[in-house]
Amino acid sequence: MSRLRIRYAKRGRVRFLSHRDVARCLERAVRRAGLPVAYSQGFSPRARLHFGLALSNGFEGDAEYFDVDLVDGRAHVAVDELAGVLSDVLPEGIDVAAVVPIEAGTPSLQEAVVSCTWRFTVADASSEALAEAAAQLTARESIPLTLVRKGKQVSEDLRPLLGAVVAEPGERGAELTVDLGTKPRSVRPVEFLSALDAPELVGDVADVRVLRTHQWINVDGRRCEPISLGAPSTHVEERAS
Amino acid sequence: MSWLFTYPDTYEIGLPNQGLQILAEIVREHPHAVSERAYAPWIDLEAELRAHGLPLFSVEGHRPAGAFDLIGFNLSAELTYTNLVNLIDLAGIPVRAAERAPHHPLVCVGGHCTYNPEPVADFVDLVVLGDGEEVVTEITDVVLDWKAAGRRDRREVLEALARVPGVYVPAAYEVTYDGPRVRAIEPRWPGVPEQVEKRTITDLGEWPYPRSQLVPLTEVVHDRLNVEVFRGCTRGCRFCQAGMITRPVRERPAEQVRTMVAEGLRRTGYDEVALTSLSTADFSNISELVGGMAGSQPASDGSGDLCGPVSVSLPSLRVDAFGVGIAAELQKGRRSGLTFAPEAGTWRMRQVINKLIRDEDLYGAVDSAYSQGWRRVKLYFLTGLPTETDEDTLGIAELAANCIEVGRQHLRSPGVTVSVGGFVPKPFTPFQWFGQNTVVELGRKIGLLRDAFRGVKGAQMKWHDPTATQVEGLLSRGDRRLGPVIESVWRRGGTFQEWSEHFDLELWTDAMAEHGLSMDDYVHRHRTEDEVLPWSHLSAGLHHDFLWQDWQDALAEVGLPDCRWTPCYDCGACTGYGVEHVVASATPPAGGSQGTGQGLTWTPPDRTGAAATAVPVSIGAAARRPT
Repeated sequence: MSRLRIRYAKRGRVRFLSHRDVARCLERAVRRAGLPVAYSQGFSPRARLHFGLALSNGFEGDAEYFDVDLVDGRAHVAVDELAGVLSDVLPEGIDVAAVVPIEAGTPSLQEAVVSCTWRFTVADASSEALAEAAAQLTARESIPLTLVRKGKQVSEDLRPLLGAVVAEPGERGAELTVDLGTKPRSVRPVEFLSALDAPELVGDVADVRVLRTHQWINVDGRRCEPISLGAPSTHVEERAS
Repeated sequence: MSWLFTYPDTYEIGLPNQGLQILAEIVREHPHAVSERAYAPWIDLEAELRAHGLPLFSVEGHRPAGAFDLIGFNLSAELTYTNLVNLIDLAGIPVRAAERAPHHPLVCVGGHCTYNPEPVADFVDLVVLGDGEEVVTEITDVVLDWKAAGRRDRREVLEALARVPGVYVPAAYEVTYDGPRVRAIEPRWPGVPEQVEKRTITDLGEWPYPRSQLVPLTEVVHDRLNVEVFRGCTRGCRFCQAGMITRPVRERPAEQVRTMVAEGLRRTGYDEVALTSLSTADFSNISELVGGMAGSQPASDGSGDLCGPVSVSLPSLRVDAFGVGIAAELQKGRRSGLTFAPEAGTWRMRQVINKLIRDEDLYGAVDSAYSQGWRRVKLYFLTGLPTETDEDTLGIAELAANCIEVGRQHLRSPGVTVSVGGFVPKPFTPFQWFGQNTVVELGRKIGLLRDAFRGVKGAQMKWHDPTATQVEGLLSRGDRRLGPVIESVWRRGGTFQEWSEHFDLELWTDAMAEHGLSMDDYVHRHRTEDEVLPWSHLSAGLHHDFLWQDWQDALAEVGLPDCRWTPCYDCGACTGYGVEHVVASATPPAGGSQGTGQGLTWTPPDRTGAAATAVPVSIGAAARRPT
């Protein structure tokens, strides 16, 4: 059995599809493309697709991933052409950017990803004001976050999971780019926005366009993407440090 | 020329409707026509649309519904009628057909409910009876001509449409009443037929539709590939309207089924296919067909290699045709639920309704299922059937308990889910004359069963709300006087009545009282042989005499074997339209009692005496067996 890792984007109207809807959609696409997918054993065999971190309904993603297990020797799989083949059988807005074979024993996406880069586009805010709010947030030593878990109120500190924050003007409004950690649990983008505590800038969270631009893993102590689309820009490298 | 095919319920319920998908495709193949689809927006979206002054719009192009030439609704359930009115209104069209201007779309309805469209007659311009594959193009051409000639007079196009066989234009007929009854239904426009006949396609093989079944991105009901393997059914179950109005049986060639399944799976990426029909296990050589499919999917390179397991589901399984063979084939794929419909608890009752399966047939079927690894089977029953006694009702619990016992031979804790629905008499069935059980009586029978199921380990019972059953009964056999009732219910917000959280009996009883009409007259009253039924001017091909005789046979507990394998009873469906059954095999499926006549002591019934005229059923109390 061999495994492929697939990177795709989810942009535009399809952002309103739930994670489960996208998962079923990708499963159908893999079958439409004629890939010799491996199936689980048992009474109710399922296609062996392994999904990475879920993307909330309404958010877009440029760096989404899933792995698929294939049965060897069933059919010739031309990995180079696969991105195009899959994009052709996927709905508008879901596009496969790259497909790479991965070795047995490669950690799963859920395990390996340590942080994500998010970009928030706020239509009617100034990037300077957003930058200032962000600077105040990152200057804090702790950012307590109150959650309800199993019916109990618990407090968590957001600060260790908050990476670099950059605000700059963009085409459709001010853009706020931030790294949010995923270990021990993923910080939700809306949790970051509420921690920013700038209602006069952000207003209704539903009006903010949210895009996941990167997911990051550690390989030999170096931060990199599960599948990189060419050399990472220096801009990203700077923020990573 | 444009059609908007609309299902009067949510996208999740309406999208899988194969009828609308078939028609939408056929229209798209017309050189001068286009089609799009629409569904009922849920309560919250409707409120937003109305608040912003936005109309109902199409899914594909987001075009306003009022910009289409024709809106074609599928009517599959009576409780969607208020949604029909709501969607017409949301489209910006006057709800009453009489108030529409030439620029408004024509409102067309089709589907099984339209065999009695009288309750919605005020709201629709035209009604299609029967198979839509051919007539949809004929309607398109008539409307194209009307548009080319300037689209001036609505009456002009409706008169032309009324001359198309299978098309019924309610405005062209006058209905008069005599108390609760209809006195007469007469044409009021020249040149319209006295009786409108249904349309029947003779060869399903000529219509391999939908060729491109839609694959929704969000989850819907029946989310799988659907391939219709035959249309029509001649088992002759007397409660079943679908079986009566879709005669004769027309099987799709097995080779075409295989092609449609293989190509459909490849194109859609689904891993489940449903072979649909009214009784799929009756398809000639079904075991061989399913055997080639379950658990396998050809690779796209045509190498014959396997891509992964495919699960095959057969809705509407008859127990007498379900054996270990089919069970073993089905379980190769992912196991889907198994539902059997014995419909009634005792052999006597099943002879009345002509569902001629013996207790042993059911036990054999569930034994096959449990032995092949199913842990739970679903059983579907009706209550409130003609001549039903408490013994018959309680027979349901007994059968279910015995099924669990059968399962114990294979499993430690086998399960049975029993679903009980209240019987609603339908037009063009032998039970169209029968007075439906009251809410109180249905409630009492459900109570009997709930008591009987207490302590039966492994049994789970579900039932349909008897108050909803009452309104279904009202609309099923109602006449045009119900138009204002439906409108009143709609004006008071009574949409989505199919949904238990929105259904409200009081809206209906209030509206009936407001318009001076009696629920008893419409729902619980037995009809007589000479009564003009509200659908008397429409025809599903079935002779009145055949239906009445079948009603008498029912009361005499006389079963009628399947006419595919026995001599013709001259019901009228074949002879009247010059069509025939299309089956690949003249031999009945192996096993089972029906068709072979096995287990039946069928003799020509005595058609004289009191049993021939009296209706030995009572209302509101436990019915007794006829003597």
